[in-house]
Amino acid sequence: MKRILSGNEAIAWGAWEAGVEVAAAYPGTPSTEILETFATLPDVYAEWATNEKVAMDVAIGAAYAGRRAMTCMKHVGLNVAADSFFYASMTGIEAGLVIVSADDPAMHSSQNEQDNRNYAKFARVPCLEPSDSQEAKELVAAALDLSEQFDTPVLLRITTRIAHTYSPVETGERQKRPPKVEKFPRNFEKYVMLPVNARRRHPVLEERIQRLREFAETFPYNRLELRGEELGIVTCGVAYQYAREVFPDASILRLGMTYPLPRRLIADFAGRVRRLIVLEELDPFLEEEIRSLGIPVEGKSIFPICGEFSPEVVRDAAIAAGLLPESERVVPPNPIKGDLPPRPPVLCPGCPHRGVFYVMKKFKLPVQGDIGCYTLGAMPPLSTIDFCGCMGAGIGVAHGADKAGDPERQIAVIGDSTFFHTGMPALLNVAYNRGKTITVIMDNRVTAMTGHQHNPGTGYTLQGEKTVEIELEPLVRAMGIPHVRTVDAYDLKAVQEAFEEALAKEEPAVIITRRECALLPEARKRYLPLRVDRSKCIACWTCFRVGCPAIRRSDEIFEKNKRQKSDIDPLLCTGCEVCAQVCPQHAILFRAEVAPAPEAAGGRSGASEE
Amino acid sequence: MKEPINFMLVGVGGQGTLLAANILAEVGLVAGYDVKKSEIHGMAQRGGSVSSHVRWGEQVFSPMAGKGEVDILLGFEMVEALRYIEFLRQGGRAILSTHQIPPVAVTSGGAEYPSQARFTGVVEQVTKDYLLVPAVEIAQQFGNARAHNLVMLGALSVFLPVEEDIWLQVAPRHVPAKALEVNLEAFRRGRALAGQARKR
Repeated sequence: MKRILSGNEAIAWGAWEAGVEVAAAYPGTPSTEILETFATLPDVYAEWATNEKVAMDVAIGAAYAGRRAMTCMKHVGLNVAADSFFYASMTGIEAGLVIVSADDPAMHSSQNEQDNRNYAKFARVPCLEPSDSQEAKELVAAALDLSEQFDTPVLLRITTRIAHTYSPVETGERQKRPPKVEKFPRNFEKYVMLPVNARRRHPVLEERIQRLREFAETFPYNRLELRGEELGIVTCGVAYQYAREVFPDASILRLGMTYPLPRRLIADFAGRVRRLIVLEELDPFLEEEIRSLGIPVEGKSIFPICGEFSPEVVRDAAIAAGLLPESERVVPPNPIKGDLPPRPPVLCPGCPHRGVFYVMKKFKLPVQGDIGCYTLGAMPPLSTIDFCGCMGAGIGVAHGADKAGDPERQIAVIGDSTFFHTGMPALLNVAYNRGKTITVIMDNRVTAMTGHQHNPGTGYTLQGEKTVEIELEPLVRAMGIPHVRTVDAYDLKAVQEAFEEALAKEEPAVIITRRECALLPEARKRYLPLRVDRSKCIACWTCFRVGCPAIRRSDEIFEKNKRQKSDIDPLLCTGCEVCAQVCPQHAILFRAEVAPAPEAAGGRSGASEE
Repeated sequence: MKEPINFMLVGVGGQGTLLAANILAEVGLVAGYDVKKSEIHGMAQRGGSVSSHVRWGEQVFSPMAGKGEVDILLGFEMVEALRYIEFLRQGGRAILSTHQIPPVAVTSGGAEYPSQARFTGVVEQVTKDYLLVPAVEIAQQFGNARAHNLVMLGALSVFLPVEEDIWLQVAPRHVPAKALEVNLEAFRRGRALAGQARKR
């Protein structure tokens, strides 16, 4: 059956058809939908692991136990899982193992745009790259076959434009396959990487990659398309599509396997064309390999190394390099628009993080952030976060500044899912090494940023089974933190007191600000838009300082300062009452004042902040 | 031979722009085109600006068209339509919702939301071939503002070489069953509106 699938959905289907039985991942844009889709297909086991390294170990374990397995992660997730990636290359597997890395050129939602093909070369693992959804599906099966044939994990590298582009895919049936082995193999020399065995395995890897190089010469997804002799393009991934679009007359060598490279095929192709170029996003990975073969080739001298390609980027670079005539340039319209109001991502209306940042800002202390929605606390008007690096980094950075003798008290903020991911070892380190960092765990009861995935705190698994709901308080206490305080993230007075209390003691503290994400179904049921009592509003604009999209200027002017009074958009307001608490005039009505009957679900009476 | 058509759909996260793009892509497939649809998830969902490319053709390579290469621009919100207007080729077709969602920079900052006159002034520098659709008001008339995206698709459908049947066959696969009638009515009203505009 032909259907339109994203690259991610196609990978899930490919894994299912090829008989993958176990898949594990940690959510991360642009990879998340692979496991979300796979988990809904019949007769499979799929889990959200606590982080990418654990996910990879789980997939490796399943492959050792003879069942085909997959793990998926965003590019930076492979940094977390790198240790496991390397040992899996050393040991090899029993049943096929495919590792999907979703790279993010242009950093649509990432902190860097590292090119993970480098990991393939680094760990001597073959790397496959699809150019559309159909190929993404087919290459999963090819990767698993290759994995078993050569006793190696296989890296399937995609990019955002492959992951999130939808194109027609022919889907098929699931292949039933018996386990490669019934039980976990007791194979000391292959699976116990003591130095004595590791020394014996290293030559096996090197010999394996030579055999793979030979295999690549006839790998059907390394495809020669001969057209003109003037220009030859070596390309891979989505860049292949841009090559077809921009250079319809050029000959193309499309590489479905980008490590190791088929040297004779490339040399043969180079001999058939007068000018050879490489069209690849990010690093000159193919280019440098090809040049090392002594073949004259151009690439990054023409096309950018930063950001993602588009037909436009490729065409303009080609015109500048004389590969295309100036007449090929597409001149877009250039209307005079004037300034348009920007629309950057913001914390949603009712977001439980907002009030916590509002309070935190008043202490003027350094705040080390982490990866999640709460990173948006760095944006104005809240402007509270001073650092964001990678998953789990904030607590360690805060502790380092503390131990360096920084005179200010350090605060680290981290979400519930990120805390489970890599925050825990860092917090344990603060306790163990007698630091005094205040760690704020912003517990919104879900992995929100990537689209509401379950985590150990939600009580449910990826496949919807009820499970243990990990409680943060006893966990944190057991890790040696003496001072633990939980507050409702919507209760500004309680948040303020929790900070004052933690700051009063020279010891490590954890403040858990708990309130479910305002977009969760349970939260939506309690939406109750608040109102401004215009007769009380003095247009002081204090409420604007909480930065909520639901608060807007009204048409009514307050005579004394000639400014517009505030108004609340009833379509956006959820009734979190953060703005009502900061209003010095009690002009924003609380839920109980808006609703005829008291709202029990609000969980809190309207205490004023000041 | 199928004439290639490049579409771009722009709006604000949460407006249903991506759902409309899904329907448009599948309609193309059922009508016998090769199709690709590309969009960016992630941070853009937090009330940010959202854009989606759909391309129909005999054989589609790149998932997105460049600036000046879009044949039909569907704007679901006025500021976002202006933000991406240069993707439309000079003289291309624009189908533009008159719906306004002021960003925070306007509601609580000092920035100004463009007036209708300024809006059409910018659009007309790029194309005279544009249709303004009060999509949200039309959808509200029969009870559900959220169906405004189907009003927009209905308006678009008039300009495409695809039978109405195909739309009515594809749409139900993308909208919740209980909202199906509302959405089909939205589609029909958008189609009627554009049909009349076309005759004039």
